[in-house]
Amino acid sequence: MHPDLAGSRADTRRAVRPVNTAALPRWVIAVAAVGALFVVLPLVAMALRVDWPRFVPLVTSESARAALLLSLRTSLSATALCVLFGVPMALVLARTSFRGQRLVRSLVLLPLVLPPVVGGIALLYTFGRRGLLGSSLSMAGIDIAFSTTAVVLSQTFVALPFLVLSLEGALRSVGTRYEAVGATLGAGRWTVLRRITLPLVLPALVSGAVLSFARALGEFGATLTFAGSLQGTTRTLPLEIYLQRETDPDAAVALSLVLVVVAVVVVGVAHRVRPLGSLDPGRGATPGRALTPDSRAQQPASGRAA
Amino acid sequence: MDFSFEATLPERHFDVAFALAHGQTLAVLGPNGAGKSTLLNLVAGLLAPSAGRATLGDGVLFDVGAGRRVLTEPRRRGVSLLAQEALLFPHLTALENVAFGPRSRGMPRAQAHATATTWLDRVGVAELAQRRPGRLSGGQAQRVAVARALAAEPSLLLLDEPLAALDVTVAPAVRALLRDVLAERTAIVVTHDPLDAFLLADHVLVLDGGRVVEAGPTGDVLTRPVTGFGARLAGLNLVRGRRTPAGFEGSNGLVVPWEGPHLPGDELGLAVRPAAVAVTRAAAGITPNGSRGSAGSWLDDDDDAVSGADGPHPIGASRLTARVDDVEHRGDVVRVHAAGMAADLAPADVVSLGILPGTEVVLVVRPEDVAIYPLPAPGPRDTGPGGAAVGR
Repeated sequence: MHPDLAGSRADTRRAVRPVNTAALPRWVIAVAAVGALFVVLPLVAMALRVDWPRFVPLVTSESARAALLLSLRTSLSATALCVLFGVPMALVLARTSFRGQRLVRSLVLLPLVLPPVVGGIALLYTFGRRGLLGSSLSMAGIDIAFSTTAVVLSQTFVALPFLVLSLEGALRSVGTRYEAVGATLGAGRWTVLRRITLPLVLPALVSGAVLSFARALGEFGATLTFAGSLQGTTRTLPLEIYLQRETDPDAAVALSLVLVVVAVVVVGVAHRVRPLGSLDPGRGATPGRALTPDSRAQQPASGRAA
Repeated sequence: MDFSFEATLPERHFDVAFALAHGQTLAVLGPNGAGKSTLLNLVAGLLAPSAGRATLGDGVLFDVGAGRRVLTEPRRRGVSLLAQEALLFPHLTALENVAFGPRSRGMPRAQAHATATTWLDRVGVAELAQRRPGRLSGGQAQRVAVARALAAEPSLLLLDEPLAALDVTVAPAVRALLRDVLAERTAIVVTHDPLDAFLLADHVLVLDGGRVVEAGPTGDVLTRPVTGFGARLAGLNLVRGRRTPAGFEGSNGLVVPWEGPHLPGDELGLAVRPAAVAVTRAAAGITPNGSRGSAGSWLDDDDDAVSGADGPHPIGASRLTARVDDVEHRGDVVRVHAAGMAADLAPADVVSLGILPGTEVVLVVRPEDVAIYPLPAPGPRDTGPGGAAVGR
């Protein structure tokens, strides 16, 4: 491109840049910056304390590897359980109405705000050896408490609301119009669910599952209370970090960094998946109103073909 | 398959009944909130009536009343709905969208795709088969939606303002497509555009406030409206009046010679297009020189034939002196309202005649431009849900 041309184009762009009429008071920006620092600074401080020469040996020690593998295994299992139960729960909450639905929704979402240790105690009195269901299970020879299963249950308990919440929101914003069209085209309920509803909310399902996975991976309180801390069986990465902090702080810092990296990746993925809930149902449905430059270019051609 | 419909839904003040013969297309006209969408949703099964019964061929769509409640699932009704928005499934290609109906009814994938290809070709967008809806223009998307609705092989096709969301440059082509595919097909088209009704439908049902106010063959309803609403819809003046020895005498004083049958006591209606109503100020003695004393599309043309002692008005034309109520700009014409009638004039004529609200003018109507017909006594056609039999 001719340099002058490029220059004049840049000038034009600068000239038409709109005045920021929503300018904020400077002190708001200052306070926001302090808040952001408060979140970022501890991560930086921790990264500065990492013993880099020993980093690889620290995160690959036997106990660390066992904890990491256990965490991944249990978190993936918990995510699978969240999808298995969370999808039907979100569908029921979004697509039906019944008495007490608001109460049910509040109760289902309770683990979001409940201290995890309270969740752990509640699970203990449900599935523990003398718990509500645990005593019967115990008689059948199934002991859940302080097993890997208990870890998975703890993680599912705290992570389930994340999936239900994001999926229900997506289902509501997608609406039922496509489903109605499917029904008038002769599709049964299962076909509508499988070929219309679920594909439409797939992005929200993926990001909800990723969030659930992240929450499961970080689970500490409920796990410690309900599953204990047995190396290789119930000692997940957060528990390992907590224990190492007393004996080998460098190992704790190194493992913490691993979790930070995982968290960053998860947040990236969850943001990358565009929630279809925000999808404009008009795109393709009513391009007459919202013409993209692309479709506008096609307009004359379609007129001629017609 | 014949279709009959009768339903009430008190919470929406909806009470409508009609019948439609196999292969005929019915246009449902009416203002917003008249119950047009309610009607379609009831037929499609997206809404349940409080009471009523609808049958399509041998099948019962719904039958709700004291002690009985049959509501056939939407998918088993054989009814397809084409909405204002194409509502193509955004995650499927155009071809998969069209194949959705056949596949839902158990057709093998390959066969369903072949069927879909045929339909896409029929609506003229075969080359877009692999596109996602996000990459289709409005007209293209609506064509695919037409193909999708028809590929489901409905016994009854419902169309809800199928052209309303389309660009004006695209709508005519899609209208022509609909005219083509609706021939010989049992269909109900909801529209606010009388042109759609004329081009697409054999019969018209006019709803207002959840009731049928007019029903009948398209030509009759749109050239001989019996209600003010129907007249507005058809773009006609409706003057109510009665039979006199001379012919027709309107309630606004308009007298038109008429040779029609003498029907004592019957109320008559006179319909005339606003463009066929001429306006002059001659009666007030302000006739300018020459023929510019009046305005109307036909007056100037006829000047030679009628020039004589009577001035520039054709012999036999009916005249009515009235005060102008309102002057309204409408695109390239000016609509003058007086004596309950509207006249469309060229802006230049309005200026040269000095027409303003309150001006005294003479409305001139030629007998050959009017239709005079009996109005039904206020009865079933005006008030009731029962009286509208269409296509029989």
